[in-house]
Amino acid sequence: MRSSKAFLTTTGAVAAIAAGVAFGSASAAAETIRIGDINSYTRLPAHTVPYRQGAILAIEEFNRSGGVLGRQLEFISHDDQGKPGEAVKVAERLFARDEVVLISGSLFSHVGLALTAYAKKSKRLYIAAEPLADALVWAQGNRYTFRLRPSTYMQAAMLAAEVAKVEKAKRWATIAPNYAYGKDAVAAFQRVLTELRPDVEFVGSQWPALFKIDAGAEVEALKRLEPDAIYNVTFGGDLAKFAREGKLRGLFEGRLMVGLLTGEPEYLDPLKDEAPEGWLVTGYPWYDIETPEHKVFVAAYQQRWDDYPRIGSVVGYNTMLAIKAMLERAGSTDTEKMVDAMEGLSFDAPTGPITFRAIDHQATMGAYVGWTALRDGKGVMVDWKYLDGVGYLPSDDEVRKLRGGQ
Amino acid sequence: MFLVASGLSIIFGVTRIVNFAHGSFYMLGAYIGYTLVQAIGSTAIGFWAAVLIAAVAVGAIGVVMEILLLRRIYRAPELFQLIATFGVILVIQDVALWVWGSEDLVGPQAPGLKGATSILGKPIPEYDLALIAISPLVLVGLWALFKLTRWGTLVRAATQDRQMVAALGVNQRWLFTGVLFLGSALAGLGGAVQIPKGGADLLMDFNILAVAFVVVVVGGMGSIFGAFWAAVLFGILQTFGIQILPNSTLVLMFLVMAVVLIFRPWGLLGMPETLGQAHPGPPEQPLRPALPRVRALGGAVTALLLALPIGHLVFPELVGVFTLVLVIEIMVFVLFAAALHFIMGPGGMVSFGHAAYFGGGAYAAALLVKFADAPFELAFWSAPVGAALLAFLFGWFCVRLSGVYFAMLTLAFAQIAWAFVFQDMPGSVLKTFGIADEFGTPLKITGGDDGLNDIWPSGWASTRIAYYYIAVGLSVAALWIMRRFLYAPFGYTLRAGRDSPLRAAAIGIDLTRHRWLAFTLSGAFTGLAGALFLFSKGSVFPTTLEIARSFDALLMVLLGGVQSLFGPIVGAAALTWLNDLFSVLSYWRFLLGVTIIALVLLLPQGIVGFAGTRLGRRLQLARPEEITA
Amino acid sequence: MSGAQHECVPVLEVESLSRSFGGVRAVDRVSFTLFSSELLAMIGPNGAGKTTCFNMVNGQLRPDAGAVRLNGRSILGLPPRSIWRLGVGRTFQITATFASMTVRENVQMALVSYHRRSRALWRPARDHYFDEAMTLLERVGMDRQYDRACGVLAYGDLKRVELAVALANEPRLLLMDEPTAGMAPRERMELMQLTTEIVHERNIGVLFTEHDMDVVFAYADRIMVLDRGQLISEGPPMAVRSDRKVQEIYLGGSAVYGTEPA
Ligand SMILES: Nc1ncnc2c1ncn2[C@@H]1O[C@H](COP(=O)(O)OP(=O)(O)O)[C@@H](O)[C@H]1O
Ligand SMILES: [Mg+2]
Repeated sequence: MRSSKAFLTTTGAVAAIAAGVAFGSASAAAETIRIGDINSYTRLPAHTVPYRQGAILAIEEFNRSGGVLGRQLEFISHDDQGKPGEAVKVAERLFARDEVVLISGSLFSHVGLALTAYAKKSKRLYIAAEPLADALVWAQGNRYTFRLRPSTYMQAAMLAAEVAKVEKAKRWATIAPNYAYGKDAVAAFQRVLTELRPDVEFVGSQWPALFKIDAGAEVEALKRLEPDAIYNVTFGGDLAKFAREGKLRGLFEGRLMVGLLTGEPEYLDPLKDEAPEGWLVTGYPWYDIETPEHKVFVAAYQQRWDDYPRIGSVVGYNTMLAIKAMLERAGSTDTEKMVDAMEGLSFDAPTGPITFRAIDHQATMGAYVGWTALRDGKGVMVDWKYLDGVGYLPSDDEVRKLRGGQ
Repeated sequence: MFLVASGLSIIFGVTRIVNFAHGSFYMLGAYIGYTLVQAIGSTAIGFWAAVLIAAVAVGAIGVVMEILLLRRIYRAPELFQLIATFGVILVIQDVALWVWGSEDLVGPQAPGLKGATSILGKPIPEYDLALIAISPLVLVGLWALFKLTRWGTLVRAATQDRQMVAALGVNQRWLFTGVLFLGSALAGLGGAVQIPKGGADLLMDFNILAVAFVVVVVGGMGSIFGAFWAAVLFGILQTFGIQILPNSTLVLMFLVMAVVLIFRPWGLLGMPETLGQAHPGPPEQPLRPALPRVRALGGAVTALLLALPIGHLVFPELVGVFTLVLVIEIMVFVLFAAALHFIMGPGGMVSFGHAAYFGGGAYAAALLVKFADAPFELAFWSAPVGAALLAFLFGWFCVRLSGVYFAMLTLAFAQIAWAFVFQDMPGSVLKTFGIADEFGTPLKITGGDDGLNDIWPSGWASTRIAYYYIAVGLSVAALWIMRRFLYAPFGYTLRAGRDSPLRAAAIGIDLTRHRWLAFTLSGAFTGLAGALFLFSKGSVFPTTLEIARSFDALLMVLLGGVQSLFGPIVGAAALTWLNDLFSVLSYWRFLLGVTIIALVLLLPQGIVGFAGTRLGRRLQLARPEEITA
Repeated sequence: MSGAQHECVPVLEVESLSRSFGGVRAVDRVSFTLFSSELLAMIGPNGAGKTTCFNMVNGQLRPDAGAVRLNGRSILGLPPRSIWRLGVGRTFQITATFASMTVRENVQMALVSYHRRSRALWRPARDHYFDEAMTLLERVGMDRQYDRACGVLAYGDLKRVELAVALANEPRLLLMDEPTAGMAPRERMELMQLTTEIVHERNIGVLFTEHDMDVVFAYADRIMVLDRGQLISEGPPMAVRSDRKVQEIYLGGSAVYGTEPA
C-alpha cells in the first residue's frame, strides 16, 4: 500500500518538477535543462519507482540550491513498457519533442542495449543507470554511452572473490533465471572463482524460466546434485518461492548459499520473516550505513517520500549527481562537450566517491557484500562491507580487447 | 494449473469466447485472497474461508464483465470478444497496481500446513499434499455438477451443440452468466490457493494465461477431464524435464503442445470443433471496388504521408522529427496487421503467433548483417524471404488445423521460435560441436536476450527522411499488392475456403495447399514489416517474437474490423497512435483499456464498422445495406 | 426435349458400396448404374443412408467396401476435388455457397477453379470468366440477381445458384442431395423442370434424392428405394410405386414422410 501511494505522489511530482517555475512553451527550454528519463515503470514498478523517486529527490535538491549552471533542471520521465523498440521511440520523442539534453535511466539489459545502439547512431548522450549487461560498456560500448551501476560481471566477481576464501566449498551448483542476465551472472562467477580456486568443481546448473519458477522441482533437482555450495541468481517472486521451498525441503542445511543481488531491499523485504539466513549476498544495507553523506540521503529520502530507500533509489540519486557534476564540468549542454566531461568524471555520492572510467565508461560505483540475517522479523545484511568497483574490473588491455579496439 | 485451465475450458466450451482476462482473474484471486488471508487467515478455518471468498469474489467480477460487456457484443464477429477481454486485462493491471502497490506480495503460509512431512525419506511440504488433494476434489465436484444438475446438463449440451440449446429456448443469457461465474471463480480459486506457494505479483496474469491456454488446448477445448490430465501431464513433465534438461524450462510446454496438436488436432480428449459459432455474426459483405469517397480518402492519406517530410523541412515547428518517427512506426504496424489480416480475415485463419515472422524476418536480416557483413540492401530483403521460409515450414503443420487449434499451434511455433533466439540455441548447438569461446561459453549467435545491436541502414538510407520514404513507400506498396492479391482469384479462393470448405472442395479447390501458400505470403509481408522495424530501431531482441507482440497485431486487426481490408490499417494506426498518446501518462494502461472497451461497445464491427453506421452511410463511406431476404 | 438423340452410356457404376458408423450400417451393399441423360432418384426415409451414399460417390467419405466407377474408371479413394475434376458436380442437402460473395462471384469461383486459375494473383477475380458466369446464371434464371450476396439470398434462389455452380465444370454427372428441400411446391417443380432441360441438353446423368413424391414421379426416369442402408427396390416409377415393400415403408410404416429438418 505504501509504495502505491508513493507512486501516485510521484506522478504528481513529475508534472510539477520544475521547482515551481511555470513553463509550457519551447522557450522555457532555454531556461531549464531537461533530462530525459526512460524506464520500465509499468513492467517492473517495484524496481523502477524507487529509482525515479531517488532521481526526483536529487533534482529537487539541485533546484532548491540554485540549479546547475544557473539554470533549473527538469526531469521528464517516460515508460518504456519493458520493450526495447518502445524505448527507442521514447528516446526519439524525448529528444525531438521534449528537447532533453540527454537520456538516462532504464533497468532491463535489452532496453539498455537498444538505447546504447541508439545513442551511438544519433550521437546523443545516454547514461545507463541500472542495466547490468556487460556488453553495454564492453562489446557494444561506444562514445555516447556510460553506465553507473556495477555490472553483472563486477558483482559476480565480488561474490566469487569472497567465497574463494571458504575452504570447504568445493562442489558448486548454480540456479539462475533462463535469460541473458542469468547466463552472464553464472558465467562470470564461474570464471572468476575457477581462476581463484582451480580446485572447485561446478556440478550442475538449473535454469528456471524468469518469474515462472517451479520452485519445488528446482529444489529437488539441486538436492540431487549434492553440492557443497549453491550460487543463486534468481530474484523477485522466483527468489521468494525458491527460498520458501528450499527451506521446507531442507536444501540450505549445511550448505554455503550465495546470492547475487539477494540482499537488495527490493528482493529481501517482501520475504519478511522468511528471508534466508546466512547467505552471502550483494545488496544494499541502507539501515546500517553510518557515513554522514548516506545518513543525510536516507533522512532526506524518507522525508520526501515517506518510504525508505531501495537500491534503485540510491542509483537514481547517484545518476542525477553524476549528471550535475558532468554539467558543471562541461559548462554546456552540447553533447560532445558533455561526453568529454563524462569521461573520467569523479564525484562524491552517498555511497562514496565514484569515477566514470575513460576507458570503458563504466563507473566505479561498488556494491555492498555481506551475510543475510533476520532482525525484527525482517531480512537484513550483517557483517557487510562496501567493495569499490575499481578492484573488480578487467584490466585495461582486456577492456580494449572487449571493446574491439574502440 | 488445473483449476485455472478448467475454468478457461468451461467458458470457451459454452460461450466460444476466448477469454484473455482469465489470467487477470487468476491474479485478482491471488491479490484478493492475499488481503483476506492477512485479515482473517491466521487460523486454518479463516484461511480456507478467505480462499473461498476470494474465489466467489472473482466469480462475481466475471459476472460483472459478462453482464456489462460481453453480453452486448455476442453478435459481433467471432473473436471480437477477445479484444474486450484484452481491454479488461489492461484495466485490471492498473487497478491491481493502484490498490496493492508494485511490490511483490509473498503469501503467508497456510496455518496448520507450514511444515514438511517426510514421505519415502523425502521432505514434502504439507501444503503440497493439500494441493494434490484439492484438484481431484474440484474435478469430482465439477463432474457432479455437470452430471447431476439440470444446469450442468444444459452446460454440457451447450458445449456439444450450441444451436440446439438456442433452439430449445433455453435462456442463454443466464446460462452464459452462470458459466462465466463458475469459470472465473475457478480462476480466482486457482489464484488464491497458490498464495502459500508464491503470493501475488503484477506479472502473474500473463504468466498464467499462456500456461492455461496450453493446458486447455492439449487437453481438448471444453473438456474438463482433458484439462485435468493435461495439467497432471505437465506437472510430471515439468518435474522430470527440469532434472534432465534444466535448459528446457522455456519451451517444454510449447513443444509438447505442438506435438500433441500435430498428431491429435483436437487435443487429447477434445472433439472436432463443430462448425458454426454460438453467435454467428452477420455475414461479411461481398468485396466491392472501393467507393469514390473511400478511394479519395485513401489517396488523400497517401498524399499526406508523402508530403509530410516536405512539411517537416518547411515548417519544422509544425511537423517535428518525432512525427516522422511516429509515422514510420505506425506504418510498420499497419503492414504487420495487414499481413496478419491477409490470412485472418479472408482466410479465416487466426494466427496467435504472427510475431514469429515479424521477429523472424528481423533476425534473418540482422544475422546477415552481423555475420556476413551483408549490405543493407541485401539484408533488408532477406527479411521477407527468411520470414516466408519460416512461414512455409511452420505453415505446413498449421494449415491442417482450424479454429482455435490452428491459433494455438501457431502460438506454439512462435514460442519455439522465440525460445530459439532467446536461448541462443545456435550458439549452444555450435558448442556441442566444440565451437565456443576461450572459456568454453557458447558463442553468441542470436545474442539471446541481449539481442543483436547496432544494425542501421546504409549511408543513403540512413537519414531520417530517406528512411521515412523507404518505410512509407514500401508499406504502401505492400498494402496495395496485398489488396490486389485479395481481389484476384487467389484472395477469392481463400475466402471461398473460409465461407464453405465443403463447397470449396466440391469445386476442385485444394484448400490445404492454398492456405499454406497464403500463410507463406503473409509471412513474407510480415517479415517485411519486421525489416522496417529492425532498421528503424537499430537492434532486434527476442521481444519482437514474443506472445505480446503477436497479440498486439491481433488486437489491431480486431479493433479495426476484421471484415474489411481497411480494418487492420485503421486499427493499427489507431492503436499505435493511442499507445503513444497515452503512454506518457501514468496509469496509461487503464486509459487504453477503457478506450478499447468503449470502442468495442460503440462499434462492434470494429472501427471501420463506423462506415456502416447511419452517419457513415450518409458520408457515403459505405453502400446502402442490402435487405436480407 | 432434346435428350432423346443422345446415346445412353453408363456414367456411374456403383457396386456393393458399404459404410457403417460405429456398428450402424448406414449404407449396406448398394449397387446401381446411372446412364447419361438419365434422372435417377434415390428415395427413402430419413436416415436411410442417401446422403452417405452421395458422400461416398463424391469422395467426401471413404467407403468400407465396394467400388465406384465414373465413365468406367475407378474413382475410389480420390479426394472430392479430384472427382470434381473428372466431371462430377454436386449440390448439397444444406446449401453450401460462399456467403460473402455475390451470386456471380460464386459461379466465377467454380469457373476459375475449373480453368486452374485459383492462384492467379493479379487480375481482379471480377474480370475472370465474367460472360461465362452470366451465361450459366441466365440458364438457371438467376441472372437478374447476379450482384446480390449469397448470404442474403432466399433459399430457393440459393439452390439455383448451386445448380449453376455445379454446372461450371461441364459435368458428366450431377449429384443433387434434396435439391428442392425447403422450397414451395411450385418452385420445386420449376427447379426440377429446369434441371431436366439442362441435363438433356448437355447429356448429363443425375442422381438425386427427394422427399416430395410428386416431384419424384414427375421427373425421375428411374427410382431406387433405400431403407436402413439397403436397396430394397429399383425400377421405373410405375413399378416402384406398386412395389409392396415400398408401400409398407411409405404408407404403413412409421417413417417420416416429408422434409427433413436441416
Ligand atoms: N458422420 C456420421 N457419423 C455417424 N453417423 C452418421 C454420420 N453420417 C450419417 N450417419 C448415420 O448414418 C445413417 C444414414 O444417414 P444419412 O445418409 O444422412 O441418411 P439420409 O440422407 O438418407 O437421411 C443415419 O443413421 C445417420 O445417423
Ligand atoms: Mg440426407
